[in-house]
Amino acid sequence: MSIFINRDTRVIVQGITGRMARFHTKDMLEYGTNVVAGVVPGKGGETVEGVPVFNTVKDAVSETGATASLVFVPPPFAADSIMEAADAGIQYCVCITDGIPAQDMIQVKRYMMRYPKEKRMVLTGPNCAGTISPGKALLGIMPGHIYLQGNVGIVGRSGTLGYEAAAQLKEKGIGVSTSVGIGGDPINGSSFKDILTRFEKDDETHLIAMIGEIGGPQEAEAAAYIRDHISKPVVAYVAGLTAPKGRTMGHAGAIISAFGESASEKVEILNAAGVTVAENPAVIGETIASVMQ
Amino acid sequence: MDIHEYQAKDVLSNFGVTIAPGALAYSPEQAAYRARELGGDSWVVKAQVHAGGRGKAGGVKLCQSDQEIQAACEGMFGKKLVTHQTGAQGKGIYRVYVEAAVPIEREIYLGLVLDRSSQRVMIVASQEGGMEIEDISVEKPDSIVRSTVEPAVGLQEFQAREISFALGIEPPLVQQMVRTLKGCYRAFRDLDATMVEINPLVITGDGRILALDAKMTFDDNALFRHPQIAELRDKSQEDPRESRAADRGLSYVGLDGNIGCIVNGAGLAMATMDTIKLAGGEPANFLDIGGGATPERVAKAFRLVMSDQNVQAVLVNIFAGINRCDWVAEGVVQALKEVQIDVPVVVRLAGTNVQEGQRILAKSGLPIIRATTLMEAAERAVGAWSNDLKQATRVRAVQ
Repeated sequence: MSIFINRDTRVIVQGITGRMARFHTKDMLEYGTNVVAGVVPGKGGETVEGVPVFNTVKDAVSETGATASLVFVPPPFAADSIMEAADAGIQYCVCITDGIPAQDMIQVKRYMMRYPKEKRMVLTGPNCAGTISPGKALLGIMPGHIYLQGNVGIVGRSGTLGYEAAAQLKEKGIGVSTSVGIGGDPINGSSFKDILTRFEKDDETHLIAMIGEIGGPQEAEAAAYIRDHISKPVVAYVAGLTAPKGRTMGHAGAIISAFGESASEKVEILNAAGVTVAENPAVIGETIASVMQ
Repeated sequence: MDIHEYQAKDVLSNFGVTIAPGALAYSPEQAAYRARELGGDSWVVKAQVHAGGRGKAGGVKLCQSDQEIQAACEGMFGKKLVTHQTGAQGKGIYRVYVEAAVPIEREIYLGLVLDRSSQRVMIVASQEGGMEIEDISVEKPDSIVRSTVEPAVGLQEFQAREISFALGIEPPLVQQMVRTLKGCYRAFRDLDATMVEINPLVITGDGRILALDAKMTFDDNALFRHPQIAELRDKSQEDPRESRAADRGLSYVGLDGNIGCIVNGAGLAMATMDTIKLAGGEPANFLDIGGGATPERVAKAFRLVMSDQNVQAVLVNIFAGINRCDWVAEGVVQALKEVQIDVPVVVRLAGTNVQEGQRILAKSGLPIIRATTLMEAAERAVGAWSNDLKQATRVRAVQ
């Protein structure tokens, strides 16, 4: 079992007629993802890469039985699209969009609480590269060929740094069960802790790699959770040792504004929780390989 | 995006927060004139810069005459104010705010922030106004009152009352305090702020609650729907390299090192900086060129990085997912032909179409130092920078 998606997961793409969305829909179909529909208000009836387009998520879900969604909608409208997915009964939603206002995400998180926990949609992102279960399905924008199928679960904020880790693992012949991007925004759908819980229950995942960065409390929260609840080995890396305090480093959420938010403090907190921390990004693969032995 | 004190006060007063009478001035003469207009016999002249800690740094002066105002202003205009928040280079003073001095009885700290743990807006207040919140949380942690706002209904009266009583506000003044709190929250919510800080919020001898200082930061991602806020941007308070980058849609942070970085993705950009440090160098900047690394974007990135006089080597690290390495390689080649670059350039490409990318770099005939791994790239950049001729020659020979 992989987490969130597999070969059979029926996927819709919200905003499928955009240039980026078209490109990645093609890429996902080639990878073997079961993309069954697209949603763009007012473009129902069209097709993109052979995929039918619907006006609303509800229409797409009732016609195709889709349970997962990928959101490519521009920032001003993205929060609305996520809520539409949640309301239409989508179970897993990945939002790629970068630049959603933080208060829109506060609204989204509040809105999702109207559904009972067991029925509530899981959201990852926004501002992430997506989720991939190598050999099964790709729900996002990552290059599929850099991931081998295997037993390392990856969870990280950054897209390209996640690719870097996967490529280092591939170099060592180590595969990935699922890689989940939680995104670089200050208010995100799922935290490190949420994804760690899933990996702990996943038989296919034997080791968890957690790739964090400066800013926010989620790495420290994850450290406490790992110490008390995770039995599988965890290897972490935290980017931004050279990042100055109080400056936003690209990701809206990557800013050191409080105690415990710098890379060195996070490394210390993770070490104290028994997590093996890779000292630099060039040895993420190596560190995972040595822990696996 | 940050705004000035006088702008934040203007914004907050539109939401019902009371401020002392004040006016803006662009010259010492204008400041003195403004003070006469305001009336009274003592005024505070405040340097308008985007940084806290102005008082200790000499950016706030109490004056009792025209001459004192002129003298205070002459010590400010055109100078750089260096506070603990500005860094050694300081921030230029081009405007001052003249405010009628008020008799202060009590000082309160009031802040509204985006709390990332609860994923909601949080109000933070303390009776220890005038001190910075970092210091309050160390020295007087018990004095801090916190309240989280439920986003569906906004700040409720009872919450505002609870905060007021917890701060020891006298009953006759509680309504004023509630109005202030609700005004701050509405401004935060309606204008997509990420921070509102009033420090100090003062209670005057005659029973008024006034915002004596005000700071607001806005969500850059929401400026598209607040054009009137976006207009308040003051480029004189930004690092000119960063303004140029922002105008070109690039995410750049200037640092003090010598190795310029051009990377796609924020996480990888930070990781690249860390690796340079590990290899014995210092990064000159953070730069995320984003997903669509078109040739034009790469050329822009090179121009931006090279505009920093300290840059003595450039490291390009692109992991192509959305973009392909062959595109990126073409961009690098085109940029190097367009932009005069007289320092060593190390390029590391990985991901989609990497072989094709390498081939384009190789056949370009340009003196590009290539690397395959992140560590190798950092070591070669540091090696090239450190002017170790032997090493630089060896590296070039390797390719």
